[in-house]
Amino acid sequence: MRVALFATCVNDALYPSTAIATVKVLERLGVEVDFPAAQTCCGQPQYNTGYRRATEPLVRRMARAFEGYDHVVAPSGSCVAMVRDNYPRIGARAAAEGRGRELAGAATSLVPRVHELTEFLVDVLGVTDVGAYFPHTVTYHPSCHGLRTLGLGDRPRRLLQAVKGLELIELPGAEECCGFGGTFAVKNADVSEAMGADKISNALATEADVLCGADNSCLMHIGGMLRRREAPQRALHLAEILASTEEEPLR
Amino acid sequence: MTSPSSSRDRVLGRVRRALADVPEAPEVARDYLVSHTPDDPAGVLDLLHDNLVDYRAGVHRSTRQGLPALVGRLLAERGARTVVVPPGLPGAWLAGSDARQRFDDVPLTPAELDSTDAVVTGCALAVAETGTVVLDAGPGQGRRALTLIPDLHVCVVEAPGQVVASLPQALPRLDPTRPMTWISGPSATSDIELDRVEGVHGPRTLEVVLVVD
Amino acid sequence: MSGTFIGMPSFPEAARDAVRDTTLRGNLRHATHTIRAKRAGAVAELDDWAQLREAGKQIKDRTLRHLDRHLEQLERAVTAAGGTVHWAADAEEANRIVADLVEATGETEVVKVKSMATQEIGLNAALETAGIRAYETDLAELIVQLGDDLPSHILVPAIHRNRGEIRDIFRDHMQDWGRPAPDGLTDRPADLAEAARLHLREKFLRAKVGISGANFMVAETGTLVVVESEGNGRMCLTLPETLISVVGIEKVIPTWRDLEVFLQLLPRSSTAERMNPYTTMWTGTTDGDGPRAFHLVLLDNGRTDTLADEVGRQALRCIRCSACLNVCPVYERAGGHAYGSAYPGPIGAILTPQLRGTATELDASLPYASSLCGACYEVCPVAIDIPEVLVHLREKVADQGGAGHRLERAAMRAATWLLDHPAALTAGERLASRTRKLHPKRLPGPGAREWTNSRDLPELPDRPFRDWWKKNHA
Repeated sequence: MRVALFATCVNDALYPSTAIATVKVLERLGVEVDFPAAQTCCGQPQYNTGYRRATEPLVRRMARAFEGYDHVVAPSGSCVAMVRDNYPRIGARAAAEGRGRELAGAATSLVPRVHELTEFLVDVLGVTDVGAYFPHTVTYHPSCHGLRTLGLGDRPRRLLQAVKGLELIELPGAEECCGFGGTFAVKNADVSEAMGADKISNALATEADVLCGADNSCLMHIGGMLRRREAPQRALHLAEILASTEEEPLR
Repeated sequence: MTSPSSSRDRVLGRVRRALADVPEAPEVARDYLVSHTPDDPAGVLDLLHDNLVDYRAGVHRSTRQGLPALVGRLLAERGARTVVVPPGLPGAWLAGSDARQRFDDVPLTPAELDSTDAVVTGCALAVAETGTVVLDAGPGQGRRALTLIPDLHVCVVEAPGQVVASLPQALPRLDPTRPMTWISGPSATSDIELDRVEGVHGPRTLEVVLVVD
Repeated sequence: MSGTFIGMPSFPEAARDAVRDTTLRGNLRHATHTIRAKRAGAVAELDDWAQLREAGKQIKDRTLRHLDRHLEQLERAVTAAGGTVHWAADAEEANRIVADLVEATGETEVVKVKSMATQEIGLNAALETAGIRAYETDLAELIVQLGDDLPSHILVPAIHRNRGEIRDIFRDHMQDWGRPAPDGLTDRPADLAEAARLHLREKFLRAKVGISGANFMVAETGTLVVVESEGNGRMCLTLPETLISVVGIEKVIPTWRDLEVFLQLLPRSSTAERMNPYTTMWTGTTDGDGPRAFHLVLLDNGRTDTLADEVGRQALRCIRCSACLNVCPVYERAGGHAYGSAYPGPIGAILTPQLRGTATELDASLPYASSLCGACYEVCPVAIDIPEVLVHLREKVADQGGAGHRLERAAMRAATWLLDHPAALTAGERLASRTRKLHPKRLPGPGAREWTNSRDLPELPDRPFRDWWKKNHA
């Protein structure tokens, strides 16, 4: 089984600890992981802001970078949703515009092999207990693309519940968007901030030590608000909790 | 109006241009349920009863024989001194009421209807799953305004013949060319804070009598 | 409605004020959360909801595919049943047709059933210009009209008002329009509804002309359907001598049987009821029952432009249930007025820019009024993929250039170039990491300023992941 890590641009540049944690969890489970260096970004920021044509070189790059791998695993629901939901659309539109089937072909070959981390763990590896240890209270925010586009369901929560020492506290209003939304956060900064404020007040009401998510772009927004308010809660990616063990606990 | 036919041609022309290269849409897959309710007349009647009650209609059961007395009592309890009688209403239904009858054989004016306390009708059909009675202006129902302006509507449903479980069962039994009113409980509104309040412009009281023999 | 949406600021600007209005935020939060839970319950009662939703979507798609035929069939059926069909290419024409029809009756006042189409075309203002007074009779529309306000929700146009505000509006303004509010009016919803009943009754009883929209028009039979709750619709549809219905061309459905799908989808999605209290169905005119004259005005007003867009045309499936508004986190905080149109919320954000175009700053800002969270698509009873259409419309707005978009396009292209050249990307990442101690907490410049106003930037790592990988694995 050839497995590639799709680290995502946000994790590569801003949250390497999440990508490292993903590698550690997969290797602990006996998966040999590769990181094809040609990968960069799925193109979601361009696409969702209305620059579909600017996304096309990145679709080609993604397909080439992950050619030949059985599975491509990404610790980001929204990047996987971008590939799964929008790459076929980008391919179809290019074909409809008379620019050939190349992009559609790239999408067809890549889409079925791309998995969000919790999908890969639960569905492909068939594991919910990954041998993690994290003696803290945790509340989980399911990001919208994972929740609604990918239909991750209770996979992330099942993984968290199997972590030794971890106490999972339900997040009120969990399914409501945190207000990040890519360029929405700056184009509609006031509404974004209001949504984020409600999200963190729900999160703080749980009195959990950690607000966990599976999408660092959302956590950048939520965590940024928590830190601006010097709140006693930290935002943390699910992969980093799963990577934490008794031998090597997360600080 | 400036040459109406030109706008017709313009709109239809735009529609055709918009659709010029659109592929044919597939046949509609109607794999939804014909009914959500087990095929048992007593159960269907109970469901109708419960759903009507849930939307704040009064629901009563009666034999055919007991109907005049029940209708009389319902009118009296609400203090109805006058009652609208639609054409074709079985005379016996009002035999137990001393309310003054106003016949619509010569159409009553809106003001006359407004000064009448109640109306008694039959119906064309009732739908259990939605708690609905359907009036189609047939005999014993009259024109639509009769069940709209008086503040009390007593509606008689003959079970099991007039009761169906679901909408897919109801529509084939109705004649779309007839003017129709579907009634699911007394008038209501959710316009204040999206909270439901009963009783606005239509009859504030709806009493449904299920006749079972 | 004497207010107008014309000349409103862009969505972000309008939303800025709404977000800070704590009364408005409270009213919207209370109302939308109430209905959200109820809708979920009403939908959960039906095991075949997914199949009904799919059927609703397919019926609408098939209808739109042959819209011309269905409209012609509808016209024949309505005409055969004693009605008269008029065609209006745009709002101005529709308003003129209606005003002429009212004038021909010699009447100077009309009673109206709540109708999105007549809101869309600004009918009341047009009638006022023609010396005709239009009385709104839906409770929420009445609140909006008496308060000289604008609608902010598809189902409940006065959703932005709480009971206390409604009481004040009734007390202060009912007398300007007819029967005054009862003395000592309280803010109990039942008392407010009773006040509306008394205020409007005299108008219903004397009305000679009624104006409505319609929820559905059945092509094969010529039957029009109006669903409602209060009975004001029944009053307007049955008591007047003349009835004029203004209906968007996309409201046609092919067969009588199709109602078995939509009458299950609409009430549960809209008011979270198994069935709305009243539904009126009429086919042309009937001797001795209801209006003697019936006019149907078929309205285009941008719908055919929408139909021509292969991605955007799915917006024409909309049955105006407003479920998408009620679940939308952006609507909940920005309120309906910020959308600057009779159609607020997620559906408005894709409908308005298609019906009106994106020439104004406001209309061009609407496709961005969403975090693309997808809650709207999830609840839509006819499966309109609103996020897909939003992104598609963003592309159109970006393509037309205009304020800010030239710079943005250049930035996006530069980003793509960088992301398509990993060596350059890595160099940039390393530079950023190396200088991280120098980065300030708040940044100037478009984008960065908005971000750092309310959030800290993430602390940059000492090296990008790809460097860690190279050191530890390669």
